[in-house]
Amino acid sequence: MRAKASGAAQRREGASTSRARFLDRYRSWRDHHSLSAADSLRRVLDNLGSSLLTWLVIGIAMALPTALSVALDNAREVSGSWDSPAQISLFLLKSTGAEAAQALQAELQERGDVAEAVLVDKVAALEEFAELSGFTDVVASLDENPLPHLLLVSPATGVEPSVLQAELLALQPVEQAVVDMAWVQRLNNLMDLSRRLVLGLAGVLVLGVVLILGNTIRLAIENRRDEIIIVKLVGGSNAFVRRPFLYTGLWYGVGGGFIAALLVLAALFFLEQPVSNLASLYQSNFQLSGIGLIGSLQLVLLGGALGLIGAWLAVSRHLGAIEPR
Amino acid sequence: MISFERVTKRYEEGHDALREVSVDIARDELVFLTGHSGAGKSTLLRLIMLMDRPTRGKVIVDGQDLAKVSSRGIPRHRRNIGVVFQNHKLLFDRTVFDNVALPLIIAGYDHREVARRTRAALDKVGLLSRERALPITLSGGEQQRVGIARAVVARPRILLADEPTGNLDPALSAEIMQLFEAFNQVGVTVLIASHDLALISRMQHRILTLRDGRLLGAAS
Ligand SMILES: Nc1ncnc2c1ncn2[C@@H]1O[C@H](COP(=O)(O)OP(=O)(O)OP(=O)(O)O)[C@@H](O)[C@H]1O
Ligand SMILES: [Mg+2]
Repeated sequence: MRAKASGAAQRREGASTSRARFLDRYRSWRDHHSLSAADSLRRVLDNLGSSLLTWLVIGIAMALPTALSVALDNAREVSGSWDSPAQISLFLLKSTGAEAAQALQAELQERGDVAEAVLVDKVAALEEFAELSGFTDVVASLDENPLPHLLLVSPATGVEPSVLQAELLALQPVEQAVVDMAWVQRLNNLMDLSRRLVLGLAGVLVLGVVLILGNTIRLAIENRRDEIIIVKLVGGSNAFVRRPFLYTGLWYGVGGGFIAALLVLAALFFLEQPVSNLASLYQSNFQLSGIGLIGSLQLVLLGGALGLIGAWLAVSRHLGAIEPR
Repeated sequence: MISFERVTKRYEEGHDALREVSVDIARDELVFLTGHSGAGKSTLLRLIMLMDRPTRGKVIVDGQDLAKVSSRGIPRHRRNIGVVFQNHKLLFDRTVFDNVALPLIIAGYDHREVARRTRAALDKVGLLSRERALPITLSGGEQQRVGIARAVVARPRILLADEPTGNLDPALSAEIMQLFEAFNQVGVTVLIASHDLALISRMQHRILTLRDGRLLGAAS
């Protein structure tokens, strides 16, 4: 009975010591992480000059695609606000008289799918042209007015411009119906192309950042070759040897991401005033939108991730080659 | 504890550093390894700690056939062995304390235990007062003692020493040898490569002699 009890007690003690050992291991693993992180940071800061250079290179490489994509977002916002007032220009037959044109305008104005129809009278248009261009004599010498009457039709909201265009073209005095949308489409295509270009550029630069970081870590490994050998000789595992270099990569990447966020912020700050001046010229209250706090944090995180990846590549390529001889 | 079965080590250049070496070292033994320069002493120690693998033959340490230890298993194997290197192999940008503490940090002791054991080891080699010094500011003999402290700090089951008294004066050499004997008395298997025949023949331990990679008769 007593033997049984003491056996149980022993087992319990065994379990608790193994748990204690596990806790110890966890604690020391954590300790080594914070030790490596602090030590790597100290080394990075000790070589502030070259570290700053690395940070700048990474920061610029990351800021470039970010800034371009911010610019594109802003451009899309601007073009989006232009998207809706698509206008259909109806050029009437030359033979159409002023009364017929006015009648058509009134008729169009009545339609549910038309928001507004404005008549540009051909006589008034020619006079205006003569006045604005200064070709008064030339215009006066013309036998007849070469301009047709023009109706500018704005579709009601929700009406597909191309459908309305087809309907209006079927009307009797209409010779031509042109949707002033081609340029919006062209702009959209251009934006799509730019977005792809920016994505491609971002891909190339991200690869560049990983390679730069990998090379920096390779140099760090080379510099600490003796130390790595000694640590391996006294029983340091690969994970143990790897850890400080992964942290070095992390610090370079995080610093680079931080610089990138700063650069983008600085550029936006620099452009904000001129852009809002320009916008006010166009009676727009358009405001540049930046990357915000979340975007900046994402940049820093992305930098850290790239740093880790670069370091991991360098470490797995070069650490294995360093064996005690 | 350590046994060699007809071990041959041939380096790439075709030079045989060890030829057909067979020897058994028991758990409670302290054994000296001697021989001329280039006889293969360091090579034998390197095989035990898996810095190299034998070309032929079998090395068994603590019941484990080393041929079966994969490269992933090498760190764990080395943690059971304390080594004093012929050329110290200290970290010159770390303090004496940090150098000696390294095996404990690798083994994952918590920092209070690390400090306690490191100071105890430094005290044993008489360098406690220099714990904050950088190794470069120490004499050759002091550096050697830092290496010894590092080798014993994690209380390994096996202690290998390659010329541990090479830079020490006779009095200090004798003291260090006594230190190794003390470790041996608490159950550590000790193998010491040394040229210092005068010193080691005075001590009552087995002496292995290598000549051109061959083991001559073992005397006790
Ligand atoms: N990495 C190596 N590559 C090729 N040959 C080597 C290598 N290491 C040692 N040797 C050769 O193996 C032989 C034994 O070398 P080892 O270092 O074991 O000698 P030792 O007995 O320790 O000598 P010492 O007393 O000078 O330290 C020597 O002839 C040496 O030139
Ligand atoms: Mg040697």
